[in-house]
Amino acid sequence: MSRLSATLTILLVLGGAGLLAALNLLTTPASQFHVPVYVISLVGKYLCYAMLALAVDMVWGFAGILSLGHAAFFALGGYAMGMYLMREIGARGVYGNPLLPDFMVFLGWKQLPWYWQGMDHFAVAMLMVMLVPGLLALVFGWLAFRSRVTGVYLSIITQALTYALLLAFFRNDMGFGGNNGMTDFKDLLGIPLQAENTRVGLLLATAVFLCAQFLIARYVVTSRFGKVLIAVRDAESRTRFLGYRPENYKLFVFVLSAVMAGIGGALYVPQVGIINPSEFAPANSIEAVIWVAVGGRGTLVGAILGAVLVNLGKTYFTGALPELWLFALGGLFIFVTLLLPKGVIGLFAARRPRAKSEASVSAAQEIAG
Amino acid sequence: MRRISVLLLFVLLALVQPAFAQSAEEAYGLLGSGNFDQVRRGVETLAASGDARAATIIAALQNGKLFAATADHALYIKQDDGSFAAAATGKPAPDIAAGAVKPVRVNNAIRSAMDAALGALRLMAPDPATRAAAAEAVFHSHEPAALPALAKALAHETDPDVKLKLQQAQAAALLSSPDASEADRLAAVAVLADRGDQDSRSLLDGLSGQPPSVAQAAAAAIASIDRSLALWGILQSVYYGLSLGSVLLLAAAGLAITFGVMGVINMAHGEMVMIGAYTTFVVQQIIRASAPGLFGASLLIAVPMAFIVAGALGILIERSLIRWLYGRPLETLLATWGLSLVLQQVVRTIFGANNQDVGTPGWMGGSTMLGGITLTWNRNYIIIFAVLVLFALMAALRFTSLGLRMRAVTQNRRMAAAMGIRTPWIDALTFGLGSGVAGMAGVALSQIDNVSPNLGQSYIIDSFMVVVFGGVGNLWGTAVSALTLGIVNKFLEPVAGAVLGKIVVLVLLILFIQRKPRGLFPLKGRAVET
Amino acid sequence: MTEAAATATGGQFTETILYVDGVNVSFDGFRALNDLSLVLEPGEMRAVIGPNGAGKTTMMDVITGKTRPDTGKVVFGKDTDLTRLDEPAIAALGIGRKFQKPTVFEPHTVWDNLLLALAGDRRPRFALWARETAEERDRIEDILKTIRLADVRHRVAGGLSHGQKQWLEIGMLLAQEPQLLLVDEPVAGMTDAETEQTAELLRDINRTRSVVVVEHDMAFVRALGVKVTVLHEGHVLSEGSIDHVSNDPKVVEVYLGR
Repeated sequence: MSRLSATLTILLVLGGAGLLAALNLLTTPASQFHVPVYVISLVGKYLCYAMLALAVDMVWGFAGILSLGHAAFFALGGYAMGMYLMREIGARGVYGNPLLPDFMVFLGWKQLPWYWQGMDHFAVAMLMVMLVPGLLALVFGWLAFRSRVTGVYLSIITQALTYALLLAFFRNDMGFGGNNGMTDFKDLLGIPLQAENTRVGLLLATAVFLCAQFLIARYVVTSRFGKVLIAVRDAESRTRFLGYRPENYKLFVFVLSAVMAGIGGALYVPQVGIINPSEFAPANSIEAVIWVAVGGRGTLVGAILGAVLVNLGKTYFTGALPELWLFALGGLFIFVTLLLPKGVIGLFAARRPRAKSEASVSAAQEIAG
Repeated sequence: MRRISVLLLFVLLALVQPAFAQSAEEAYGLLGSGNFDQVRRGVETLAASGDARAATIIAALQNGKLFAATADHALYIKQDDGSFAAAATGKPAPDIAAGAVKPVRVNNAIRSAMDAALGALRLMAPDPATRAAAAEAVFHSHEPAALPALAKALAHETDPDVKLKLQQAQAAALLSSPDASEADRLAAVAVLADRGDQDSRSLLDGLSGQPPSVAQAAAAAIASIDRSLALWGILQSVYYGLSLGSVLLLAAAGLAITFGVMGVINMAHGEMVMIGAYTTFVVQQIIRASAPGLFGASLLIAVPMAFIVAGALGILIERSLIRWLYGRPLETLLATWGLSLVLQQVVRTIFGANNQDVGTPGWMGGSTMLGGITLTWNRNYIIIFAVLVLFALMAALRFTSLGLRMRAVTQNRRMAAAMGIRTPWIDALTFGLGSGVAGMAGVALSQIDNVSPNLGQSYIIDSFMVVVFGGVGNLWGTAVSALTLGIVNKFLEPVAGAVLGKIVVLVLLILFIQRKPRGLFPLKGRAVET
Repeated sequence: MTEAAATATGGQFTETILYVDGVNVSFDGFRALNDLSLVLEPGEMRAVIGPNGAGKTTMMDVITGKTRPDTGKVVFGKDTDLTRLDEPAIAALGIGRKFQKPTVFEPHTVWDNLLLALAGDRRPRFALWARETAEERDRIEDILKTIRLADVRHRVAGGLSHGQKQWLEIGMLLAQEPQLLLVDEPVAGMTDAETEQTAELLRDINRTRSVVVVEHDMAFVRALGVKVTVLHEGHVLSEGSIDHVSNDPKVVEVYLGR
């Protein structure tokens, strides 16, 4: 991945978000250039999805781990943020209980479960946003990679993992709001969430976080670590005979990617205003994989591009032709895997190597001549 | 035989009739007296009299249709049209005006006497099933008032099953009677302990004011019943587990072919199951419309139809999609997932998103008892069907020439091709076979699950788990793993609840796969490494 | 001649680099290795030949930790029990392996392939911050010269010819700086000229390291001119010079089916 495309990506993300923010704040609603706040939140949501896609691309594109459960890490980060936002509501809930969230009062709970303690502190909650997905990935990955579970087996058990979490979070006695999840958030760090300025601020924060994640991911995959990772992806047993322990490399990138997904989830929740167990549905994780496939696996830029493109399509279809959306999505899976294995980025890249190989042919002729 | 015994019974009843005529007269008087206590005794006397009209009269009293004349306390039954008939004869009594009679009032003591009396009367009914049901009713009411009726019925009873029920009822009534002897009570406890079900247990548990020896015997009987109930409970769980396991086996058997033998990750496998279920629905719709008489056979017709429809679709999918993706399992996974979304949406577009009503033929309804466990016929048939499918599949792989070629291709594709086997065609047929089996599973699932476009999705993860747990490429392994998972699930359910039980199973499976990535019955050797 | 080899030839048979004794491996009843024993002296080059299914690859698998033997001892150097270690640990001890089918990291350049193979810290936390040092660059340049791939150093390994891939893999083996090299069919699919160059390369390597070569090509084995071990059905059938084994009636019987 060239420095140019990386710079372009960052400029596009930050510039795009900045432009939308400016068009929202600096114009009046009457102006034809005005960007309404729902667009701001929608784009913020896309950028959160892009973080999830980036996380999936790191493990799938560079380590060959096709995780069909990555949305679970996203959702866990979202739940951690949701818990903080619930505590922020305080006594303003329907039941007016200063300590317990509404759903706990409704269930007749008398005190806050231990794992809710401290979640009213922003710093603690943000730590949990990273720690919980990271720890789950650590335990799961340690077990899986050490036992050399690879390929589709790994994919299937990651799917089972998110499925188990889905079932667990549906339960009321888990203490996360059961079926309904958490919603009706009021404010974040004392700033009201419904205010337009907050929405714009969240979009800008998401864009900054996405760029930071992109740079971290880019550093990792272009470092010597990344080279080992690619070697592991393509010839895992060969790296063992060279003295590398692929399980350690996979574990590191898996945990890092889970943390990245968790941060994405945490930024997602205040912008969509709800978190519920459906975020754990296996279909969500597979959709995230297809974003990466559409954009171009193993390119990082492609992951961001794919997430935004597919979700734009989803917004359009579910609004205009809802009954066709699943046909379109299903068709996209088939089309991309059969006919576009390198994704949209591959279409651009396909031109350049040709130019390069022409150059090398002429160079060879020069030497021969 | 039965006719003769019934005849005998009538003769006997006719012989005893005159001896009781007196008491029937007396009962009429008591019933008309207007005094609660006397009415109750009237009910008991009438029931014991053997009078032919006894049942009708008591039923009328129960329904508030028995009236007594204010003048002479003669009894009348109010008919549905509002007129009256003489209670003793049933003849219409047109000259009785509504003002000249008043209803016989009842209290709780009379009500329970009536229940017991009616039960006692039915104890003598000609149909053994009615008699058995009546004995059960007495057992549940354990009304001591029924004791004379029970004794009489026992004396005449010839059917051993009914006789046993009568003895149990007698034992129950005896224990509740204030004036039974200690020896009788002990014998009664023994009878209840032999019966050994939940009802006997609660009856024994509810006893009070018994002599110490009886109380002791009752406690011992409760303990022994608890033991046997626990054992039956375990067997019942095993049965439910087998039933769930057979469902899992059906859902996973096709996958054991496509994933286990061919190594193709077909995420649309669940949709093949779903299409099998919809084929059943369509077959039933056609039968309902054109040949309703065949409805009983609709499932038998649906099984081959589902196999053909899903199998043909499978071949189509293999030829158009899967074959381009051999050797790229992760891409296959994604493409077939996309396919599953499309198939769901197609079915949703044609049939709608709602559940479709798939009927159950009469022969699949109902249940039977085996010792202390309840077996329902639809579960039994599904277990049998799963076993048949498994064996048919094994036989097809082992004994048919197609099976031979399938094994040849999966073991050494290039060699098989060199020997003149058309490997692409075999691939398509193998995939078709796996899909067809999934379709047949859909017929079975249509009987126990909601037939909706999402039917397949709920089985796909479970099916993969079954195949992976059992060891890929091993049909026996798939069977053992399906049954194990089914039984473990059903044993966890009462302890942990259905959802948590499922989570526990999933987590255990995840841990298991990480310990033994190749499943319970792994294939060994060099072939595995490549 | 290295020091160790000199002591061995000096008659003091005290030191071995590889000691395989009574190793048995079976897969589902098929005995891939049947009481296999083999002793390799430091600095020695040994050729292992045998028909298909003789157990050559399984022997390599056992030595490098890929397959655990059912019974038997595999000792490296003085007293390191290899049967207790896994592949990375064995590789770190200094045993390198070249596969029958060349496996290089295709998306990486020749340079990066060698860089990843260079002896050094293998831990993720090192790799995450590692910068290419001048010393590493020098070593890679040296190896590139040895394996004659200096001109294609920036080419992607996937684009190399078959012979070039074989050499790159040998180069990666050298970069590991192993004490013992296991080389599986290094000249399969090579032209005569390439075969000759490979033999030369192996002899070159053998100057500083012990080598076990598994090969089918008898001309190549003869060209190496080293002690030969003949495997048959997982067991050592014959051992000695190439002339000795090719005249051994047992070997003749196995190869010619008499």
